[in-house]
Amino acid sequence: MVENITLEARNLVKHFPLQLGFFKTLISKEIPYVHAVDDVSFKIFPREIFGLVGESGCGKTTTGRLLLRLIEPTAGDVFFKGTNVTAIDLEREMRKLRRRMQVIFQDPYESLNPRMSIFDIIAEPLRIQKVVETEEEVRDKVAEALEELDLTPPEEFMYRFPHELSGGQRQRIAIARAFVLQPEFLVADEPVSMLDVSIRTGVLKLLLSLIHKFHSSFLYITHDIALARHICDRLAVMYLGKIVEKGLTEQVVHNPLHPYTEALISAVPVPDPTARRISVVIKGEVPSAVNPPPGCRFHTRCPYVEEICRKVEPELVEIEKGRSVACHRYKA
Amino acid sequence: MELLKVKNLKMYYQTLRGYVKAVDDVSFEISKEEALGVAGESGCGKTSMALAITKLLPYNGKIVHGNITFEGEDIVKMSDKDIRKKIRWKKISMIFQGAMNALHPTYSVGHQISEAILTHEDVTKDEALERSEKLVELVGIDAEKVTRYPHELSGGMKQRAVTAMALACNPDLLIADEPTTALDVIVQAQVLKVMKELRERLKLSWMLITHDLSIITETCNKLAVMYAGKIVEYGDLAPVYSEPLHPYTKKLTKAFPSVIGPKTEMSSIPGFPPDLLKPPPGCRFHPRCPNAMEICRKKEPEFLKLDDKGRYVACHLYT
Repeated sequence: MVENITLEARNLVKHFPLQLGFFKTLISKEIPYVHAVDDVSFKIFPREIFGLVGESGCGKTTTGRLLLRLIEPTAGDVFFKGTNVTAIDLEREMRKLRRRMQVIFQDPYESLNPRMSIFDIIAEPLRIQKVVETEEEVRDKVAEALEELDLTPPEEFMYRFPHELSGGQRQRIAIARAFVLQPEFLVADEPVSMLDVSIRTGVLKLLLSLIHKFHSSFLYITHDIALARHICDRLAVMYLGKIVEKGLTEQVVHNPLHPYTEALISAVPVPDPTARRISVVIKGEVPSAVNPPPGCRFHTRCPYVEEICRKVEPELVEIEKGRSVACHRYKA
Repeated sequence: MELLKVKNLKMYYQTLRGYVKAVDDVSFEISKEEALGVAGESGCGKTSMALAITKLLPYNGKIVHGNITFEGEDIVKMSDKDIRKKIRWKKISMIFQGAMNALHPTYSVGHQISEAILTHEDVTKDEALERSEKLVELVGIDAEKVTRYPHELSGGMKQRAVTAMALACNPDLLIADEPTTALDVIVQAQVLKVMKELRERLKLSWMLITHDLSIITETCNKLAVMYAGKIVEYGDLAPVYSEPLHPYTKKLTKAFPSVIGPKTEMSSIPGFPPDLLKPPPGCRFHPRCPNAMEICRKKEPEFLKLDDKGRYVACHLYT
């Protein structure tokens, strides 16, 4: 059923050509590619919070950008409520769609234009999308958006500039800008990782309350699996451009199937001095995404590696309802 | 026996707008083989405190009051020359935040480690190089990798190489300032494991500075919580963490999500950390404190010793 899915990624692939030096381009026959995202598929249902978890360089940010068509995919499709986002006209139709799909970036020091006042920053999407008729309406909407994020009184914040605000306040401005259009789908790429711990939870709670209020679907991209566990309904774990495991959050966290998920969870420090665990620390570091290992991409670090893992790439198979894993140890 | 004793330390930065009271009247001790974790938000003075202990102060930073006693000698009164000769590297060494990026790109790792040994000890070049090989093995890097240049190593390896360098002159106390902040969780776990093993094997004392309480609970046995230039709570890790007394510690321990155990309600602290140019009067936490009373706005709470086990708290609720 197409109607029941807010967003679907189907076999998304993104390869970035590697920048070579002048002489190397003369000698080398093939241009090497960074395999940032390789055959990634998932669905996000209405009002669902879907978490994309992985270490830096695993392709989670690229996936988020592909979904919003901020970059063009090498192959694959993205469907938003039945519309193929990757096939429509970028100028006219995509612009209309952007009203319904919004994004919050990681760094509130980079994502807000330093030369625009807070008012203009939040009003910009309203003006571009022409959802309001008069300047008075713009004012009301901006004030409302600020109030919703506890930036009160709104008049005090409207005419300030980003440099006058703290990191937490800036990120709340970025959230206000994303929600002023009441989007149906929102991507947040590490929205709180730049903030101090004491204000992190507060900003996250505001973000979640808005998602509930507007019944939006939400893609939460993060490296912090402990935080993802607390807010996401379902999780997908990425490793070197591929989803290795997908399922309900509690299932994935309490009963990880893929050896990588297991290692990732056991590596997270636990804030409890009484619970000292023996952790399965895997050796080595993530291999290069230019020449990903053949077979299973995790085989170079996997503690359970077998002969087949070096040769055959495991597919992401559903082993029980709503639970998928890409590992040769599990069969459908 | 205590190794390092810091008493009523005040370290201010002089700026055009006045003094920034980065470290204000801080006292604590580190005994032999003890691991102290210092937790706090950015800008609370944790790094400034570490800089004061090693006297690596920037031009506008000054220790205005207090003593730092290391093995009976007061570092504050020592001349720069003596500190360089006797204390730094040999007694106290430090791993800085983002230290892995502080490696010189055009010298091999072995060269840089032996350079540290050569400056501080009277050994030949070959001896120093041999020792640097042993050091990198200690942190789990192949000895042959000492000839590599920093760009040939991964982030985790560089961080371990910097740790090896800090151990070059057999220090008694290692100060690590956010040693794993730039690393991914799995690499972070690898580095922390190496550091923990080293501490046990070499009988080191250490002071770990981080904003992430969960790293402290996994590696340390004492905890000091800093807020706005002051230590607000200090004591053995388990009691401070499980039964926090100061409202700030209470809130802070709840701000960290756990990947195991039952899902707990996460809480945040309203408001923002204060500007240290003009810290609030009275208790510095009072504008954000849920238990703030009249006295908190006026009188600064004392740093009170609560029991014989060395538990301290600075809060009017316990006076």
